[in-house]
Amino acid sequence: MPDPVADLRIVGFLCNWCSYGGADTAGVARLAQPTDLRIVRVPCSGRIDPLFIAKAFYGGADGVLVSGCHPRDCHYSEGNYHARRRLELFLRLLPALGIDPGRFLYTWVSASEGQRWQRVVADFTARIHALGPMPRLRETDLAAAACHPVAPGEGA
Amino acid sequence: MRLGVFVCHCGSNIAATVDCAAVAEAARAMPDVAFAADSIYTCSEPGQEAIVAAVAEHGLDGVVVASCSPRMHERTFRRTVARAGLNPYMFEMANIREHVSWVGRDKERNTAKATDLVRMAVEKLRRNRPLTPREFPATRRVLVIGGGVAGIQAALDCADGGLEVVLVERTASIGGKMAQLDKTFPTVDCSSCVLGPRMVDVAQHPDITLYAYSEVAAVSGWVGNFEVSIRRKATYVDWNKCTGCGECIKKCPAKDAPDPFNAGLAPARAINIPFPQAIPKKAVINAAHCKQLTTGKCGVCAKVCPSGAIDYAMTDTTVTEKVGAVIVATGYELFDPTVYGQYGGGRYPDVITSMQYERMLSASGPTGGHVVRPSDGREPQSVVFIQCVGSRDRHIGRPYCSGFCCMYTAKQAILTRDHVPGAQTYVFYMDIRSPGKGYDEFIRRAMEEYGVRYVRGRVSRIFPKGDRLVVRGADTLMAAQVQVEADLVVLAVGAEHAPGAQELAATLRVSIDEHGFFLEGHPKLKPVETNTAGVYLAGACQGPKDIPASVSQASAAAAKVLGLFARGTLASDPQVALVDPRRCVGCLKCLKTCPFGAIREEQGRDGAVRALVVETVCQGCGVCCVTCPQGAVQLQHFTDDQILAEVEALCRTPLPTCG
Ligand code: SF4
Ligand code: SF4
Repeated sequence: MPDPVADLRIVGFLCNWCSYGGADTAGVARLAQPTDLRIVRVPCSGRIDPLFIAKAFYGGADGVLVSGCHPRDCHYSEGNYHARRRLELFLRLLPALGIDPGRFLYTWVSASEGQRWQRVVADFTARIHALGPMPRLRETDLAAAACHPVAPGEGA
Repeated sequence: MRLGVFVCHCGSNIAATVDCAAVAEAARAMPDVAFAADSIYTCSEPGQEAIVAAVAEHGLDGVVVASCSPRMHERTFRRTVARAGLNPYMFEMANIREHVSWVGRDKERNTAKATDLVRMAVEKLRRNRPLTPREFPATRRVLVIGGGVAGIQAALDCADGGLEVVLVERTASIGGKMAQLDKTFPTVDCSSCVLGPRMVDVAQHPDITLYAYSEVAAVSGWVGNFEVSIRRKATYVDWNKCTGCGECIKKCPAKDAPDPFNAGLAPARAINIPFPQAIPKKAVINAAHCKQLTTGKCGVCAKVCPSGAIDYAMTDTTVTEKVGAVIVATGYELFDPTVYGQYGGGRYPDVITSMQYERMLSASGPTGGHVVRPSDGREPQSVVFIQCVGSRDRHIGRPYCSGFCCMYTAKQAILTRDHVPGAQTYVFYMDIRSPGKGYDEFIRRAMEEYGVRYVRGRVSRIFPKGDRLVVRGADTLMAAQVQVEADLVVLAVGAEHAPGAQELAATLRVSIDEHGFFLEGHPKLKPVETNTAGVYLAGACQGPKDIPASVSQASAAAAKVLGLFARGTLASDPQVALVDPRRCVGCLKCLKTCPFGAIREEQGRDGAVRALVVETVCQGCGVCCVTCPQGAVQLQHFTDDQILAEVEALCRTPLPTCG
């Protein structure tokens, strides 16, 4: 088990084509990064439901990072625009959900930007460490996040 | 469900900073895991055989491999589990190399992180369903964008291989940069003698449709079924009638149009044929310089054209072509040396670019092959070449080596001696890079046989002195300041991405790298593919390349296209969206957001309207899934349930559930 103080839990949602590739590029170039982040690969940032992020926080994530293709560079031509619209809105909703917006970041990293990825991870991890572990959310907050129509175990 | 987990050491790549045995041990305690082992090289033949054997021996229903990036080996392992008799989608990868061992330095933390990634993969795999690809017909035609040497080679290879080819060239003639060259290194053979016949082959090939003076405006569709709209720019000359006789050019009174083919060395007429060997050999009016089109007072060409081909009322038109694959061969642009004020390019007439010098060396060029000073037409006795102008300089955002300037500079220095016997030639260089076949020998010949003086060092400044130029710089081998008086200075300009590359990349939905060149699928193993299925790269659009490298890559791209179509049908990716008809309320929000128009409205037997995903059109982005207020659309293999299972695997507390 990771040391709960040294290693915090940061969930990263990355699109397969740009940012996941950028993280791979950083890996191939052996660009050192803190270990707190764990990456969930999704096809496109447009696949990321803000509720995934809310649920991650309610499940105890200390930070959530979303990264997709740069505007105009989306593998699916416009998925990242959908993501931008949704996540901008979601960002403003975070305080109402009892989540410090500083714990959430969405950004763009292309497949060739290994160094940029390293910087994003390092900066965001440092920011989350400065904020410390996520406080436990109350039951009433939890209820707010439980409104998603698809229950785990159901799916398509 | 019985799952198997294989943790790869990748030699010492992973094992050096991850305790692979401990990860496998931890995996044994994960739900549904019936078997877990660590192995040295999972992707090797024995490694893959071990997976096949374990599936049989332990009756496994799914496999997790914890190794490198799925972008690297997912397909390999999917084939392995298929060989073991499982559905290829009953497989997941945990990326513990690129995302763990190579970026984390602390073994204990890396091991914990790797274990987490394996847990995520196991949780996801527990929710995977077998998926089956569908076969669909492909249009056996290919679009080649760019008619330089790479595009020509790719078009001919595809056409000779039995495909129909649509070749789109932005300028009025194919030939690209190679057609502008006088000679090629290291053989010093005549460039247009090599390229000319290939250009004619393109024109005569029954299976190649050439759209010159045209641009790709839009691309829709997907691999096997692209629809391309091509804008044919107005030439104001009916090419069906124009015979290329050139009468119009002789009589045109507007003599001040730019002449890109001659690199701006001499002006051209407003109506022009780019060069004598142009394909197609047809005239084009430069609208901005044509007196008839700008002032309405001229019309000379229409009067003299013996075939009545001039049409001042012509407008741009658009044609649509269906193709199954695309080869991008848009090449490069030469660096604009005026960025370096200290070299005086653009300010001093006798400081010219390498391409201008090349045109001067060419017998078909504006000086008829005579090397002269643009300022006074005298033959220069001392010519200085400066390498790396716009290459290997991060201050101007060009940190990369352009690759071919060392070689063409040596060629031009050699040719200078042939054109002006007795002329002194100097080359200022940083390093000489000559790794091709016969290349280093060629540089040596320039130095030893032709007496070209190579000075290792940067030039700091060029300034006029009388009617000559003084080139001041460093000689780092002598550790001294040097100063050379020159009659002519040639700047060996580097390569940069072609204008419009970014827009084209967006149109094709492929990526470009930080310098604006098109990004290959994988730097080692997919050098001609892009990350968009059915779109391939050839030549310098992917990065600076010389002619042999461009031609090789063009043939490789053609081989990929021929391979793609070899089976007649293509298999569609089954990771597509699926609508649950019981949940769908027919609001059709998904239909409106789908970037590919993959969702159709359908009336069920009960009369109610519902959404339906067309499997072969859906690209699997998942935008619709997040849009649907009912959660009725789910992306196969990336369902809400599967993604949340991965999230939950990382959480301290169980995720809240509904109801
Ligand atoms: S958004 Fe959902 S409910 Fe609406 S039509 Fe599409 S699948 Fe049906
Ligand atoms: S996943 Fe949905 S939005 Fe994306 S292409 Fe398929 S149907 Fe369209």
